[in-house]
Amino acid sequence: MLYDVLIVGGGPAGLGAAINAAKAGASVLLLDENHLLGGQLFKQIHKFFGSQDHYAGWRGIDIGQKLLREAAEAGVKIKLNSRVVGCLEDGLISVYEEQTGKLIGYKSKKVILAVGAKENAVSFPGWTLPGVMTAGAAQTFANVHGVLPGKKILVIGSGNVGLIVSYQLTQAGADIVAIVDALPGISGYGVHASKVSRLGIPFYLKHTISRASGEDRVQSAEIVQIDKSFDPIPGTEKQFKVDTVLLAVGLSPKVELATMLGCDFHYEPRLGGHTILHDKNMETSVKGVYVCGDLAGVEEASTALEEGRLAGVAAAESLGYLEPSQALRLKKDIWKNLNELRKGTFGEARRDAKEHLLTMLKEVGSGRVV
Amino acid sequence: MCRIINHPIVEREERKNVTIYVDGKKLEAKEGEMIAAALLANNIHTFRYTKKQREPRGIFCGIGQCNDCVMIVDGVPNTRTCVTPVRDGMVITTQKGLGKIGDHNAL
Repeated sequence: MLYDVLIVGGGPAGLGAAINAAKAGASVLLLDENHLLGGQLFKQIHKFFGSQDHYAGWRGIDIGQKLLREAAEAGVKIKLNSRVVGCLEDGLISVYEEQTGKLIGYKSKKVILAVGAKENAVSFPGWTLPGVMTAGAAQTFANVHGVLPGKKILVIGSGNVGLIVSYQLTQAGADIVAIVDALPGISGYGVHASKVSRLGIPFYLKHTISRASGEDRVQSAEIVQIDKSFDPIPGTEKQFKVDTVLLAVGLSPKVELATMLGCDFHYEPRLGGHTILHDKNMETSVKGVYVCGDLAGVEEASTALEEGRLAGVAAAESLGYLEPSQALRLKKDIWKNLNELRKGTFGEARRDAKEHLLTMLKEVGSGRVV
Repeated sequence: MCRIINHPIVEREERKNVTIYVDGKKLEAKEGEMIAAALLANNIHTFRYTKKQREPRGIFCGIGQCNDCVMIVDGVPNTRTCVTPVRDGMVITTQKGLGKIGDHNAL
């Protein structure tokens, strides 16, 4: 079957795209490599904040449930355990079906990539020991699987992920011994920083991890103060008796599929590194290929959802399912929401970076034609 | 045991117990949970040893991306334990190097 729109990735961006394209009347196939949709939403057990229009006060898990219901009602065709392994020259999307072990080709008129981001790592002696893991891994085990990955935990990185995961692991019964950051200030939102401060978790700023030690598992970790050029200052080492070290050192867009399709990209550190270029409709340099969510620049679940909606509306419009005036009305609402979400010190930096990306795209269709 | 009981926010339904065999040892797991979660709950943190240096490896990304947590599961090596659910009677073996198909034996 030839679908109107094929979407890769069923997190907030992919779900937003699927719901909006399907609501407009397009036939939509949503692929996800996991056994459940929702991406990272079902790990977000904290309440979102911001404005009422953007699920302020809602927990990620509840937003996820609502989106799943909406996708089902809109008639989105969903395939789980389906990993996209290739984008071939003639527009064929090659999918590996985990359950059957089969490789299946799908063709569609439009492709929306919503594959998200991957967690960064930082390497140091002992970083491959069991017990050193990404903050996202610990969050998945604690909040989804209901198992604590460790009891005494050192967290590297004071961005929002590091702060939120520290709080959630404390809720789950773990002891966070410290949060370490190389920068002189806490990187995440004040709201989250205050929450962990109130728990009495100490911050070690201008510090980095220098070593994790143990036999078959982490038994201790060492941090060290760093100078202005990020070099360790001898004699400032501190030891912690911990069984787990979490890395919360940022996220990078998963650009592999998009680059395979020939989409142009640009290095934008404010959005997580290599970021796929797109226009105001989320369409890339390859006509008919859209990106949204963290792949189009690492932001937040709420912005990912809005960008997904935008891509869904734009794809449906270009297929003739929406009148231009109708589509413009929908898009104006979404653009307004995105502007709202990109306010404040953190939001404005992201908005500037996003606007810069818009100017970088020469034109839709300037890349390889699928 | 490091199962989280009485979480202030997340409510979890009671799940049936199933039996898994890890390196020949009989262990309890919860129906439908990921192998890696069952192993952590049984205080097992080393899942495999690397081919050349024989270094221990465990969970790293937890979402099926990094392939660090692979083990021999029911005779299939390089199975990602963080995204593969347990099954009653499942036989799981610590992987040494790249593992061998059909290898059920512990190290």
